[in-house]
Formats: sequence, C-alpha cells, structure tokens
Amino acid sequence: MSDAIRFLLDGRMERLSGFDPTLTLLEWLRGPAGRMGTKEGCAEGDCGACTVLVGELEGEGVLWRAVNACIYFLPMLDGKALMTVESLGGEHPVQRDMVELHGSQCGFCTPGIVMSLAGRAMGAAGTQEADPRDVLAGNLCRCTGYGPILEAARRNPQKPAADPELVAQLRELRRKERLTLAWTDPATGVARRWIKPHDVADLARARLESPEARIVAGATDVGLWVTKRHRVLPEILHIGDLMREIEETPEGLKLGAGVRYAEAHAPMKRIHADLGELVRRIGATQVRNSGAVGANIANGSPIGDTPPALIALDAVLTLRRGDERRSLPLESYFLEYGKQDIRSGEFVESVFIPRPAPEDFIRIVKLTKRFDSDISAVCMGLRLRMEGERVASARLAFGGMAGTPKRAAAAEAALTGKPLSQDSLEAAAQALAQDFAPLTDMRGSSAYRLEAAGNLLRRFWFERAGAGGVLPQKPLMEGAFHG
Amino acid sequence: MADSAPVSPPASSTRVNAPIPHESAKLHVSGRALYADDVAEPRNLLHLAFGKSTLAHAKIKSVDLSAVRAAPGVVGVYTAADIPGANNVAPFAGDDRILAEDEVIFLGQPIFLVAAESATAARKAALLGKIEYEPLPAYVTIAEARAAGSFIEASQIMRRGDVSRLESAPRRVSGRFEMGGQDHFYLEGQIAVATPMEQGGMHILSSTQHPSEVQHLVAHALHVNSADVVIELRRMGGGFGGKETQPALFAAAAALVAAKTGRPAKYRADRDEDMEITGKRHEFEIAYEAGVDETGRLLALKMDLASRCGCSTDLSPAINDRALFHADNCYFLENVELISHRFKTHTVSNTAFRGFGGPQGMLAIERVMDDIALHLGLDPLAVRKANFYGPPGSGRDVTQYQMPVTDFVADRIVEDLRRRADYESRRAAVEVFNREHPYLKRGISLTPVKFGISFTTTHLNQAGALVHVYADGSVHLNHGGTEMGQGLNTKVAQITADVFGLGLESIRVTSTRTDKVPNTSATAASSGADMNGWAAWNGAETIRLRLAEVMAKKAGVPPEEAVFEGGRVRAGDLDLPFPELCRLAYLARTQLSAAGFYATPKIHYDRATHSGRPFLYFCYGAAVSEVVLDTFTGEFKTLRTDLIHDVGRSLNPAIDLGQVEGAFVQGVGWLTIEELVYDAKGRLTTHAPSTYKIPCASDRPEILNMELWRGGENREPTIHRSKAVGEPPFMLGISVFSALTHAVASATGAACATLEAPATPERILKALAAGRGEAGPREGA
Repeated sequence: MSDAIRFLLDGRMERLSGFDPTLTLLEWLRGPAGRMGTKEGCAEGDCGACTVLVGELEGEGVLWRAVNACIYFLPMLDGKALMTVESLGGEHPVQRDMVELHGSQCGFCTPGIVMSLAGRAMGAAGTQEADPRDVLAGNLCRCTGYGPILEAARRNPQKPAADPELVAQLRELRRKERLTLAWTDPATGVARRWIKPHDVADLARARLESPEARIVAGATDVGLWVTKRHRVLPEILHIGDLMREIEETPEGLKLGAGVRYAEAHAPMKRIHADLGELVRRIGATQVRNSGAVGANIANGSPIGDTPPALIALDAVLTLRRGDERRSLPLESYFLEYGKQDIRSGEFVESVFIPRPAPEDFIRIVKLTKRFDSDISAVCMGLRLRMEGERVASARLAFGGMAGTPKRAAAAEAALTGKPLSQDSLEAAAQALAQDFAPLTDMRGSSAYRLEAAGNLLRRFWFERAGAGGVLPQKPLMEGAFHG
Repeated sequence: MADSAPVSPPASSTRVNAPIPHESAKLHVSGRALYADDVAEPRNLLHLAFGKSTLAHAKIKSVDLSAVRAAPGVVGVYTAADIPGANNVAPFAGDDRILAEDEVIFLGQPIFLVAAESATAARKAALLGKIEYEPLPAYVTIAEARAAGSFIEASQIMRRGDVSRLESAPRRVSGRFEMGGQDHFYLEGQIAVATPMEQGGMHILSSTQHPSEVQHLVAHALHVNSADVVIELRRMGGGFGGKETQPALFAAAAALVAAKTGRPAKYRADRDEDMEITGKRHEFEIAYEAGVDETGRLLALKMDLASRCGCSTDLSPAINDRALFHADNCYFLENVELISHRFKTHTVSNTAFRGFGGPQGMLAIERVMDDIALHLGLDPLAVRKANFYGPPGSGRDVTQYQMPVTDFVADRIVEDLRRRADYESRRAAVEVFNREHPYLKRGISLTPVKFGISFTTTHLNQAGALVHVYADGSVHLNHGGTEMGQGLNTKVAQITADVFGLGLESIRVTSTRTDKVPNTSATAASSGADMNGWAAWNGAETIRLRLAEVMAKKAGVPPEEAVFEGGRVRAGDLDLPFPELCRLAYLARTQLSAAGFYATPKIHYDRATHSGRPFLYFCYGAAVSEVVLDTFTGEFKTLRTDLIHDVGRSLNPAIDLGQVEGAFVQGVGWLTIEELVYDAKGRLTTHAPSTYKIPCASDRPEILNMELWRGGENREPTIHRSKAVGEPPFMLGISVFSALTHAVASATGAACATLEAPATPERILKALAAGRGEAGPREGA
C-alpha cells in the first residue's frame, strides 16, 4: 500500500501526501504550486480557462490530453505527467501565433486556449482529426469572437518527436499496488480517503470493502459536487485508469467502464455515425478527455448523455460484484430519478453495444440551445428493425423527458407492425404525450420538449431518404448546402 | 474582404494607425499577465463570502448567525450595523445596500458577510445563517411590475411632430415583442483585495471599470475621506459594462473587513455568485404602432419601451434614455412618440452592458422595419433605405431629440455592403431554397447601425492622464482609463509614443490608480480612447514642448523646428538621441512630468425636454447575415455574415477589428442562445456556463467577412480623427436576428414578424406556431 501520489511536472517528479484528496488540481496549482497562469473561470468544467495537459503512457509513447484542472481531483494525476502554461515558456509557436494574430484581448481565457492549441500542436487526444472549432469548443472567450484564435489553430500543428526520457519516467511511476490516501480535515475532524486500486480484481475487492465509497472516473460530474455544492466526500474509489479495454467485434462494441469519451468516439462512430456525432457533442474536448462512458451511465443522470441512444441500440451492462458478474439491459438499470439497479459492493464493469443490422433505421438526435458543449433539452435514440416495408420492432428512447432516460412504449407501439409512413410517424409523435410528462426547466418547457420530441419523429420521414440501409449521418443543416 | 485580422508588422513600429499587438499580448499567452487574484497575497489574508437572501422580497424578522460564527475557520461575521459609514454602493441614487438592513429586495441579496481563513471555509459558513423572513409580494417580470405600478422613476416621453398622423396613414402596422437580458460573462469574476494602510488608509486592488467611483463609495462606507482610499487596477479579465458599478459591492465588503480586523481581505465571487448577485442587460418589452405609406416610409410611429430595471436605480435612467436615443437608429422619425417605462422588480438590479440600452432601442426599430416589410410584401432593405436620414438641409436630418445628424454615412456603407455581399441575388436564392426544401428555411437580412458617442450625462465627459519622462528617456504613462481587453492602453501608448517619436518599448504602461489621476469617469460609453487618448496627448505634448525649448536653445533655432522622430530629436544642425535630450533637459532643470486633461466639446443635453446634443458624433456600420433554420426543431446556424464598420481613421486596425468581431459575436449571442431564466420566485436558474450558453467557437458564422470602412474619418476633432469602437459593432448582431425573422416568416407565410429574443430553438418553434396560426396544418413546411 502506498500513501503518496507521484507525478511529473515539467519532467520533475512531485511526490505529495497529507492533503485533502478532493483538492482540485487548479487549487493546487494556484495555491502550493504558485502557478497563477491557470485561471478559474467557472469551477465546473465549462469554460476552459483552467485547461492543462495531462500525459499518460500510450503504447510506446506519451499521449497528452487537455483537461479542466478545476474539476480534476489532484490524486487523479498519480502516475501521469502535467504541463501548464508556464511549461511552454513564452516562445512556443502557438504563443507566437496568438500574439501575431491578435488572439488575446482581456487575456483571461488565453492561457487555457494556448494549452488547447499547444495540445493540438503536440498531437493531443481528440485533436488530430478534429475541426479547430471542435478542439476549442471547451474554451470560452468573451472578447474576440474566436476568429484570430481559429486562425492560430489552423496553422499547421506539428507532432513533436517522441520523448523517450518521459516515457521511461512514466514507466517508473506505474503502480503495482493499491494507492490509499488518508486525510483528516483539521478544521472539522472529518476523515477522508482516496482509494485507487491497481487492477480490476483489486477494484472488485476494494468495492466489497468500501461499498459506500463514491466511485469516480473522470470527476466531470462528481467534481462539481465538491466545487459547487461544497459536499464532503468521505471516501472515493478512483477507477479512472482501469477498465479501459475496447473490444470491437462483428457483433458489437464492448467498452470498459473507464473508457473515456475521447477514446470511445471513433469506435462508437463506427457503430453509427449519429452515435459518433452524439459523442462529439458531449461536453467539449476537455470533458471528453476525462469523462468515461460507462461511469456516466453508472452515475444515473436523468438527462444521460449516451443512455437514450444506447437504450435504443439495446445496449447491455455488465455489473460485477467480487468475482460474480451479471448482465443487465441498460434500460433496466435506471429505476427512477436518482435510483439505479445496482447492489451493494457492485460496480459497472463494461457496456456492450450491439452492432445494428444493415437494414435497421437508426437516428440519434440531441437538441440544445448551443450546438457544442451543452446539455440536451431532449435527446432521442431510435432504432427501427425492418421487415420489408414494415417496422418489425421499434426501440425509441428519450433523455430529458422523464426522471430517467426512458423508452417511449406508446410511441413504439404506434410504429410496431406498421408500414413506415408519415402517418405512422405522426401517430408515434402524438403517442409521446402518453409516454411522457416532461418537466419545465431552464433548458426547455414541458410543451417544447414534447413538441420537439414529436417533431424529431416527424422529421425522420424526410431524413429516411436512403431507405433500405442504415442512414448516413446527417449533420444538421446538411440539406441547407445541397438543397 | 479579409476573413481575419491583419498580421502585425515588426514590433518596433510606433505609428498611430498601425496594427500593433495588444501591449499585454505576450503576457496573456504566457500566463504572466497578473489579474487581481494572481498578485502575491499579503500576509494574514482573510477570505470573504456573503450570506444571501433566499427570497426575492421580504422583511427580515430575525438573523441568527451563531452557527456561522462557530463554523471552522471563521474569523468574523458582519452585518449592516457594522458599517461605520454609508451602507450604500449605488452610483448616484443611494439605493443599493452593501448588506441588507430590514428588508431584502432580490433573491441573492447579501445580508451578512463572513471573513474566514480560506475561501472554502467562508463559503461553507455563509450557508449556515438562520434568517427568518416575512415574505412580501415579489414582482419578478415586467408584466407583474406593470400590474403593480412599480417603477424606479417616472416614465419618460420623447416626442416630435404630430403622432396623430397615424390615423391618416395609408397603412398601419402594429406589434409587440420581448427581448431578453444578457449576462456579461466576463471570464474573470468580480474581485477585490483590500489592504489596510497606516493612519486609516486603505489600498484596494479592484477589477473595476470605474476606480474613482469605487474609491468614493468605499470612503463613504468606511467614513473616511476619498484621499484615504487608493484603488488600483492593472487589467480586468473582461468588463463589458459589468464592472462599471458592480465592483463597488465587493470592494466595500473587502474594505469593511480590512478596516474592522486590520487584516487584508479578499472577496472573490465564484461564477454562480457573480451571476446571481450582479446586474445584467435590461430585458425589454416593446409595443409599436406605425403608420406608413405604400413604400414603407414611416409617417408616424408610436412605441412603448418597457424595461426590467430590477430592484434599484443603478444606471437604469441613463440606460433607458439611451434606448430612446437609439430608437431611431438610421431612420428619420418625423412624427414620433416614444414612451419609456422603467419598471422596478424584485430581481438583481440591471446595469450597464455594452450598448447601454442602445441595442434594445435599435432592435425595436429594426423589428418595426422588418414588420413593415412583411406587411407590405417589400424587401426589408428597401424599407430601411426609404427611411434613412437625409443629407444636411434635407429636412430629414434631425433626430427626435433635436440633434442634427451631420455625419450620416450609413447609406454609403449599406450601399457598399449590399454590392460586396451580393445581397439581391442571395435573397433571390434564399427564396428558391425556401420553396424547395421541405423543412429547412433560410433567411437573409442587412441591418445598419448608427450609435451616438459620449456619455449622455454631460459632466462625465472628462478625462485625465499623467506622463513622466525620466532622465534616461523612458516614459511612464498613466491615465484614468481602465484596460479590460479592449486595447485602450495600447492605443494610448501609441498616441504617446507618437508625440515623442519613440517606439512603444520606451513607453511603460502602468496600473490605473486613483492617486495618480483623480476624479475619473468610468471607462465606458466607448469613450476610453477618445478621452484618455486626448488627455495623454495633452500631457505628452506639454513635455514635448518643454523638451523642444531645450533643444531649440541648444541648436539656436525656434522650438517649432524641433522634430521628434525615430527615437531622435533634430533641430538645426543638432541631432540627438531622445535620452540624451532628456538628460540635458534634466540638467537644465526642466519639469519632465505633466498632467493632461480633456473635456469633450460641443455637447449639452436637457433631460427635462429630452433635447440637445448628447453626442459628439455617431459611429456607423452595417452587416448582412444569412441563416438557415430547421422548422422541426427550431435549431439554426449562421451561414455567412459580411460586415463593414466605421471606426474613423483607426488608431489600431488590428485592435479595432478585434473589437468589431467580438462585439458582433456577443451581439448575436444576446439575441440567440444566451437566455436568462428566472423561476416564478425570482431565482435565476441559469447562473453558470453549464446552463447559460455564451457563443463558443462553432457559433461564429461559417463565413465571416469583416472590413473597417475605407472611407472612415471623424469630422469632429477626435484624437487623430478616430472613432470609438467598443459598443457600436455589438448591434451588427441584429442582422442575424433579422435574418431569422425572415426565415420564420418565409416558413409560415405570415405577413408579420413573430419572433422574440433570444431566438432559442424553443422561441423559434413558438414563432413558427404563432405565424402559422393555431389551426395551421402540422407538416414539414
């Protein structure tokens, strides 16, 4: 057992113990580390002013990821490398570009933007294939309108040479035993623990030992419980670096519960283009680099980022307790608001997404006020299994319409056994009123949610044009350019 | 037209008019630019948090703070009774409390103040106060305030001509609509750090656009003199008007604790608190009735502009006045009656925000233009042009507040833009697209901007600067303006360097401090460079003339012959490096320090009659935007925007273009995705970026062609004939809202405008439904 975290800051090893394990990386940087370049803009992972780069071993090299330091618990850095804006000096090419192109005005968001751009220049996760607007979607700037920053991002990024020394240093930091951090708040006398199992078997044991511990993967949600609600989390079980396996087979895609959105994006896109687009629009680069698909499901959010789509695709969870495993259809996992079918000592180990049949119709749509990095007012997942012109079976699930991501039984019934037609889709749209009585909140009124959800089905009539096969992904407004 | 800012020349260029990078750009990109929270903290620093009201309107029956005092890390807890002086942070009306006394008037109003050893300890303890309330009726919306007759001041009427001409107009167009408010969402939240000095003095680092006002309010609260308080500010992480009156609350809180404990104290609001307890852009409800002829020319207009001012006066009178000043935009309103209601509600007190009421007035008249065009089946651009101000002497050249419009160039800019952006053929293409596509609809619109420059409160139009030249030839520049990212310090440094013929590297830009330049106005109303630029020029010129005397004496020529250029000074046969001349001047006992001052000429205004010349000049611009919307979901995208904006002779085209683009995108945000949602109890439910969405990188139009107007030159004697730039281009964003109005109307075929702002997907669906009428068939188109 070990009681200190170790990570590399600009190649120098930091060894830290005796601190509050829910201290955020941002608090550490701006406090003990005295690195004031990293800013707090929102403390909830939505503005990117605190963007830093975290490096991990990936095959023979180091893969850097942009993350939000404001909701990144310091112990999550264990075994990794860290770069902040100070690490770049001042003459990094992206810094020169940003000066030359007038990419800063007030300058407060700038260090975070520079780190996102530097990550791109270093080949960081989720940046190489991505549109510059996507790389920067998690960096809010209120001054510039983004033009000069996007211009800086378009300048050719270069992946730097491998850093064998850093690889060797990171290998040294690999853990062969469990990390346990214990700390008692001197002001309140309340004890806190951070447990990081060294493999899945150890996690299974730790879960049995600490069934009440809060499981944390990327902390993109739990981080806010601490920074926003001032909640005290006495015991945390950190799974962020475990269960990262991705298995793609003809039958489907199996994602370990710790697979991050950024890593899951490409294989999920191969399941269906709409699913890829849904993942692209979850949070922004920094959030997708931290948050894990399975952990997000396990967390049981009523909106659910992927669950409506995955329920429509008939995904199955594997839950594990000790050495016992059970399978559960994803839709059965969500019992009611804030309550899931999970037993004491159990944890979500993986999620399996069956590959759609070639003749299935699939449509996954997320409605938001802002396209990127926004939580959906309504999210729809639809899978129609066809027999000729008839709908043999319909799986239709929504997020944002009830206390949990939920199937629309009446709407499904309106489609099942019917020919796919404008009439049957209209009947399904109207049946949604029997399935849901959505809430009114800041993301949309009840009436809007119901109307928009129905309209997604009505619109589907026009979108299904490539009848007979899985629909190609239709980026919003595609028709606008091609008439 | 270029799609991006011009690339800057080598850094040594000093010319005014050159696209020099922001003076802090290298510090910004390297993380070395220090904001108030980054400065090394003084020893024994205390951290602060407010305990806040959980009701919008209530009598406070009792306050029990025993649990707060007993919480870990708490050093002190303070209420209104602990304030030695005035419990007030209002800019002039005296109605903004630092801490509530016996009544709370908005949800989130500070009631008590906690000082603790850490920010977390203070924030946690602040949740432990036990307040007993007696709830009172709370008016959250304009409608509720209207029903209750709740106003912050008397309704104002601005009128001209004979509005009864409405009755005889061939065509009548009437309508009503709402526009939402807007949170500033500066990336750096409100912050103040107060450090007690000897003999009751107080030094405060404050992120403020208005150091002098913070100074005076803190002095009154502490019951000391203004001379005892120093406010300092190197830079803000964004302001946009949100740091004009709002920072005083946080500075006063920090100063109160520092005075009480003798320890330095920092108040740093977190994002949620910042959004919950600081003011925003005013929501407006507009109702209008227009009488027009068959060409769409206005014969008479009656318009009601009702705003939600929130719980106190703040700057609302001037903001609502500015809405009236801009309810004409570029159009001659011959017979007009504008009625402005300023409603008092139990919500946070709304405040200055880029445009200061101007955008609301301008959106109102642009909506009228769109509605007239839809009623008459005309191209909205033709209607707009039919209503433009005419040339001087045309009889169509005086505003509804009796100010002659002598510098009108919007017609020329619009003509330029119409041609360059290919407006007519694209409008035709939009119509074809809309006939063919089953559910996507496009819209296109070209809207102009005319925006008045000067504080409409005449006495605020003054500025000061302090320039020191040291014996080594280096220049220390200080002025009363504040840097919030807009590049003010860069422009003023350029102006100053130009006077001495020096490179920018010789000019040291310094923090704004109330002990260097006193009695300053807020850096606001887009006037920062106009006023502080002249003040610094005056200061620098005073010194340059003294140096020229020294030079002339040595060279034996008249002082006018001294030429300052390229870091050298020439006169007669003499050619000296600038530092050498400074050394000689020092030895000759010459004063090398000067204060500069500037007061804007020509302006006057009589509020009683709403007439006069409130503005020195106008800024102009125009934008044409094309959008596409999905009639099933209400989602939309801006496909392309072209814009031309007039900044006179630009002091720095790179900085000006940056202001134009940033303002445009911020304006589009206001009218589309930025939605403030209050629940029925007056609680703001969108108080963080997870729920309040400002534009991100992908919200910028797919194509954005921007240009500073080539013909631009200020006819008034502004510094180097430049024009102000901060606010005017914000209103170019109206083109996107207007294009959406077009798309919605095209989808429904309705002969009226139905869209409200912000045009979220939900409001677009609502506008489509309104346009189709309740009984309309539900189908794709």
